[in-house]
Amino acid sequence: MKKNLLLIALVIILAVLPLFFQKGAEFGGSDDQAEAEITKIDSSYHPWFSNIWEPPSGEIESLLFSLQAAIGAGFIGYFIGLSRGKSKKDDNKEGKGKHVTY
Amino acid sequence: MKNLKKYLNWKLVYFLLAIMIVPKPAFAMHIMEGFLPVEWAIFWWAVSIPFLVIGFRSIRKTIIENPEAKMMLGLSGAFAFVLSALKIPSVTGSCSHPTGVGLGTVLFGPMAMSVVGFIVLLFQALLLAHGGLTTLGANTVSMAIVGPLIAYGVYKGSTKMGLSFSWAVFLAAALGDLGTYVVTSIQLALAFPSDVGGFFASFTKFSGIFAITQIPLAISEGILTVVIMNFLQKYNLAELKALKVFKKGAEQQ
Repeated sequence: MKKNLLLIALVIILAVLPLFFQKGAEFGGSDDQAEAEITKIDSSYHPWFSNIWEPPSGEIESLLFSLQAAIGAGFIGYFIGLSRGKSKKDDNKEGKGKHVTY
Repeated sequence: MKNLKKYLNWKLVYFLLAIMIVPKPAFAMHIMEGFLPVEWAIFWWAVSIPFLVIGFRSIRKTIIENPEAKMMLGLSGAFAFVLSALKIPSVTGSCSHPTGVGLGTVLFGPMAMSVVGFIVLLFQALLLAHGGLTTLGANTVSMAIVGPLIAYGVYKGSTKMGLSFSWAVFLAAALGDLGTYVVTSIQLALAFPSDVGGFFASFTKFSGIFAITQIPLAISEGILTVVIMNFLQKYNLAELKALKVFKKGAEQQ
């Protein structure tokens, strides 16, 4: 599993490096910039529908985003624990079985 | 003194890179609510629905044949959930997020992922005001249909070419991720062709902006998918075999 740790480190590096290279950048998301881009091409266009519900603040939005990540990560953690446990149990059984026959 | 030298070096590196990679406004996520003209919104919805029906059937079939696969399906969904919630900074000075559909595509095939991706997008549209209901069809086509189809093609192609399982998974996830955003810019360029130059001018503009942003994220997504696959190969080999992930002894290195 050492290889996995190395791979994860690589992902972290990929995510952190831009913060150093682009110190002046805003690291904004898409929405406003996309709006600008579209209005540049077609200045008469106006969104004809808006979101039914929007998170009232940036804080609540980040709460919901982290909730989404937490739900996913929680399940992945559960899955990993479960399968590791299962495979350990199987290994033990196999090991014991061999021991008896010899 | 030593510290000062180090500092100057960093400055130099920074300026060189800043010149090379000038920050551009980037937009590399889903199409926002209301930002597709009505006829395009309807068109993409119409395109996505048959795939969702096929995807739903494909999932039902897999689960009937292989009830153990439910957990793996949950894992694929959870993986897409996590990855599409992570807005990661990129070299262009803006953020975007990976899609996370590559894993499920390799495990369950491209059709099953249309449903999983749709659910993730629906969640984000309803609760996060990220993407939207009118653009859900278009976003489903890019992230949950074409992305997985590209990933699947790449996976099959690279295993046929004799690449190792890990490399095939990496390329599939990374290129599927990148492909998603190519489709997004095609969709936007179709809806907003430039006055001068038409579709292609708009497409170059939209894709030029996002492509660079998305490349490091696509690489990250590829790596993370390989990490999960490494784990599955170690502890869930039986399930992987039941899902026929490996073909003709392509397993392991």
